[in-house]
Amino acid sequence: MSIFIDESTTVVVQGITGRDGSFHARQMMEYGTRIVGGVTPGKGGQRFENAVPIFNTVADAVKETGANTSVIYVPPMHAADAMMEAAAAGVKLIVAITEGVPVLDMTRVYPFVKERGVRLLGPNCPGLISPGKSKVGIIPGRICAPGPVGVVSRSGTLTYEVVYQLTRAGIGQTTCVGIGGDPINGTNFIDCLEAFENDRATKAVCMMGEIGGTDEQDAAQYVMKRMKKPVVGFIAGQTAPAGRRMGHAGAIISGSAGTAAEKIAAFEQAGMGVARRPADFVELIRARLR
Amino acid sequence: MNIHEYQAKEIFRAAGIPIPPGEVATTPDEAEAIARRFGGTVVVKAQVHAGGRGKAGGVKLAKTPEEARTVATKILALTIKDLPVQKVLVTPAAEIASEAYVGIIVDRARKKPVFMVSAAGGIDIEEVAAKTPEKIMYLPVDARYGLLDFEAQQMGFFLYSDAKLARAAAKIMKQLYRAFLSSGASLAEINPLVVTPAGEVLALDAKMVVDDNELDRRGELAELRDESAEAPSEVQARNANLTFIKLDGNVGCVVNGAGLAMATMDLVKYYGGEPANFLDIGGSSNPEKVVNALRIITADANVKAILFNIFGGITRTDDVANGIVTATKQNPLRVPIVIRLTGTNEELAMKILQDNGFSASSDMDEAVKKAVQLATGGTSA
Repeated sequence: MSIFIDESTTVVVQGITGRDGSFHARQMMEYGTRIVGGVTPGKGGQRFENAVPIFNTVADAVKETGANTSVIYVPPMHAADAMMEAAAAGVKLIVAITEGVPVLDMTRVYPFVKERGVRLLGPNCPGLISPGKSKVGIIPGRICAPGPVGVVSRSGTLTYEVVYQLTRAGIGQTTCVGIGGDPINGTNFIDCLEAFENDRATKAVCMMGEIGGTDEQDAAQYVMKRMKKPVVGFIAGQTAPAGRRMGHAGAIISGSAGTAAEKIAAFEQAGMGVARRPADFVELIRARLR
Repeated sequence: MNIHEYQAKEIFRAAGIPIPPGEVATTPDEAEAIARRFGGTVVVKAQVHAGGRGKAGGVKLAKTPEEARTVATKILALTIKDLPVQKVLVTPAAEIASEAYVGIIVDRARKKPVFMVSAAGGIDIEEVAAKTPEKIMYLPVDARYGLLDFEAQQMGFFLYSDAKLARAAAKIMKQLYRAFLSSGASLAEINPLVVTPAGEVLALDAKMVVDDNELDRRGELAELRDESAEAPSEVQARNANLTFIKLDGNVGCVVNGAGLAMATMDLVKYYGGEPANFLDIGGSSNPEKVVNALRIITADANVKAILFNIFGGITRTDDVANGIVTATKQNPLRVPIVIRLTGTNEELAMKILQDNGFSASSDMDEAVKKAVQLATGGTSA
């Protein structure tokens, strides 16, 4: 088992003829993801790699292929519209990879997708992978392996780092999810923790947070009150100065809220394992799988 | 992106918000001339991207043009939170009967723009929020409909019991929301919003932070950026499409991805070192970016060792390797370099580095430990 995506996931790629979209569409196809269509307005009727049909609109793509998932690689100024187009077309999961989406756009997108009952992952995220089954997004497939651990993270490359160390140590994953580093995103830690708690194959969860906001503290509360499965957490930005945006729009300490110390304390209070550095995940998870 | 008070005031004024006139001076002479034109008492205000200007001595009253010259001389000599004051705003002093606070931010928890208004204005709103939260009204706005008339009225009457004042304030809320939206702001603030003894409602200060992600579609706002008000190394990095923040340590870090960059800084500290910077070369990197990153880092005399930590996903590690080789050929390094590369095209990257006399590791902890050792060794030598 896994969360959000598996062998039944059928994907339409928005922006399939663009530089990033075409590269990652090929990567996903190589991994075995069922890419059933692409969307580039004006190129409807053509084929990508002589195989995947291209449509002018997501509505056409969904109607013709029955795709249940969309992945978005369109430029930031068009990404909000692309997300709403996918939600209106009736897919169940939207994965928005695009980085640099204006936050005010997201204040309109969020209620739009929510009231249609669609799950949005991202924007500004690496997507997700259920090793051996499907990957939607840009997480490198070869660093993952099937196994019993769920991974959820606000970061991209830090996720890779932890997954890579787990895989090297022989610990595989059910699903690895990157929720993205923007201030407003569609899926949060709690959504993923809930899904992992309900997923029979997942036996333990790794959670990588960052400074800024209170999502990690809320997640810790959720772990304490609702979860039976063990969760190990890590917070990036322990050395970050206050008031500075550390690359991710969300990674900023404002006032006394959102510091690494505060979040780590919340993890400890919730009885979670705390990884002081990425490498600590291996032993902490191993101990909890026994 | 931060913009100055005088720039925010121009935007607010264009949206119709009543704001007293004001002009910018860069010299005491100009400040005196402006004060003379206005006549009467003026306020001289430092234009700098830092909060707490008043406490730092950056805001002063001047009763005469001569006094305006004197206080402008003092303020233009100030450095507030490491930022030298290069401009002052000179504006006629207003008579104040009461002060209120009006702000709007994008709230990540509610996922909406949220107004915050309080009749306890003029001071630190975070302090009001902490000590007397009942004095603040929060009003989340559904961005699909914008600020509705009745919502603006609610806030107006929360601030003022007098209907005329409440209506004037409600009108300002609508105008502020319009300015916020049309500028792609993540924060817009009037502190204080004042009532004069004559019963006028005026905005005496203006603050606005523009979402960097908006600048591509709002060229006119990008032009408001004042690079002279920012740290030169950060300006240089931004122009090279890198995210860079200078810190006080001696291990220079070059990393791809913000989360991994923070985790790398933390690991430097974990092994007893101090990071010299946060530097994210971003996703699809090219050799040119690496060259720029190395130039920025080596310009910091504190740096005693350089650490590369690259996990190639979108980033091709051979691009990074080529960048390192090119950069060090152009400018030979005066400090040791430790390279950790793994991921996309790793074998090719390792070969490029080896052929050019570099060694590289694929283990993050090992690399960080070594960089810290080299940096501390370099300090004592």
